[in-house]
Amino acid sequence: MAEEKLLATRAGYGQGLLDIGEKYDDVIVLEGDLGGATGSAAFRKAYPDRYIEAGIAEQNEVGMAAGLASVGFVPFVTSFAMFTAGRACEIVRNAVGYNHANVKLVGSHSGITPAADGGSHMCIEDFAWMKVIPHMVVLNPCDYNQTRLMVQKMYEYDGYCYMRTSREPVKNITTMDDDIQIGKAQVLREGKDLTIASTGIMTTFVMDVADQLSQQGIECTVLNYHTIKPFDGETLLKYVSTTNNLLTVEEHNIIGGFSESATAALFGKVGKIKYDYVAVQDCFGQTGNRQSLFPIYGLDNQTIYNKAIALLK
Amino acid sequence: MDNNFNQWKSLAKEMRKDILQMCYLANSGHPGGSLSCVEILIVLFEHQMRLLSGSDDEKRDRFIFSKGHAVPAQYAYMIEKGILDREEMKTFRKQGSRLQGHPVKGKTPFTDFNPGSLGQGVSAATGMALGYKMKNSDQQVYVLIGDGESDEGIVWEAASAAVNYKLDNLTYIVDINGVQLDGTTKEIMDLGDLKMRYQAIGFIVDEIDGHNFAELLTAFSHHQPGKPHVILAHTVKGKGVSFMEGNCAFHGKAPNKEQLDIAIKEIEEA
Repeated sequence: MAEEKLLATRAGYGQGLLDIGEKYDDVIVLEGDLGGATGSAAFRKAYPDRYIEAGIAEQNEVGMAAGLASVGFVPFVTSFAMFTAGRACEIVRNAVGYNHANVKLVGSHSGITPAADGGSHMCIEDFAWMKVIPHMVVLNPCDYNQTRLMVQKMYEYDGYCYMRTSREPVKNITTMDDDIQIGKAQVLREGKDLTIASTGIMTTFVMDVADQLSQQGIECTVLNYHTIKPFDGETLLKYVSTTNNLLTVEEHNIIGGFSESATAALFGKVGKIKYDYVAVQDCFGQTGNRQSLFPIYGLDNQTIYNKAIALLK
Repeated sequence: MDNNFNQWKSLAKEMRKDILQMCYLANSGHPGGSLSCVEILIVLFEHQMRLLSGSDDEKRDRFIFSKGHAVPAQYAYMIEKGILDREEMKTFRKQGSRLQGHPVKGKTPFTDFNPGSLGQGVSAATGMALGYKMKNSDQQVYVLIGDGESDEGIVWEAASAAVNYKLDNLTYIVDINGVQLDGTTKEIMDLGDLKMRYQAIGFIVDEIDGHNFAELLTAFSHHQPGKPHVILAHTVKGKGVSFMEGNCAFHGKAPNKEQLDIAIKEIEEA
């Protein structure tokens, strides 16, 4: 049984670092003065010699990581998503991507759930910034357990990748025994009426909505996309071909986000389907909390529920 | 050493001719900043770096050509040394060539980082030096930086980290030729006194004539435990060709046939 305690994926990342730090000597962590916020501080305490403080200088943080990777280390580069994926974007593209550097990038405080910090810190663009870089793998695990497991997968993966984490505590809907594979969507629930494809912590809310729908006699398939790129179109096609409908759910801008990957994967491969999305609709965030902001941005459970019902009409 | 200097002077002449030929044949490239760093490369590759068994030797010292647009200078060195075939010069900047417009790892020897986007080679070199420290390796890391390139903020982020992590296995060489694409460095973005800037951050600083072998050797010999080293090498953009010297028009423009002939004659007669 999944636990009910709420935990943030950033904490799962911190624990995941401890897991691999113990197993592998070549794991190092670079941080941009946000260790207490991103989850990397636990690694600093356990392995101070393998923790590199880059200061508030994310461009150089990423550039140094490329150099460290070239001499055989496996660097995990941590900051807020806004800065890892955003501020350092072109350094990621050239120093990491174009150099085939085995660098693992992690951006926490993603989406609009770093709510009190306000719009400057709310990254709703990181999927777009990262997935457009050739060969970049883009990951967005849904809960603490999955994030912890994903850190191991990132280490095992031979190449550069980006993982989004979140500061918002959410339910654990997956277990440490799950067999997750990069690039393979996870089927959390199967139902004949509606396919919901969701990514990141939104999946934890989608599972609650799926329960609500089930009480109304509507059975959903819930596909958890912990990997946004490479996109698993095969699994999506399999379920959408049966339900003939799709609702995508993400805490990202609708432009350049997960829904674009999902619909592109289906284009020309299915007949007429009913489709809707839950995503930020091309606007910036603002100070608040999740409960107050999610309804404003159309990310709340009620909106997901209403859109699901509408697709079945 | 005098004997070496005479050989190096001849090598510099041949490299300059190769650089001009290469850019002429490609009808593209950056002759100005390639001609300015010839002596720096000679001292690095002929004297300073421990190259051991060659490019593939994982224990050799590392060189990052951060002002990568000037890579014809490195290609020219490798052509003169027989590391690259002279015929290959014709392929520079052409489709399918190993001699890419900016150097690429795995295509040409002694390329440890794919530069091009300015400033990033400095950051990666700093990371490499930190990595060697963490591995208790005595491998040295050298990075060639442009003075125009020094406009980039990441250069200064990296410099702070180099001092913070006491990277005494790291040497920045700044090719101060005073000219960038659109004008002189003073006109485009005056960075002030680079010596004072680097000293203030905590580097050991040498300021020398970057075309003078003796001064380069002396500068490279300096080392202070716990401190990174920067060599501010004052050079002449387009060195050796009267109409290219100090002229931003030849930052990123190849000579035509007539200009090539005059340039080669000037270099041979110098």
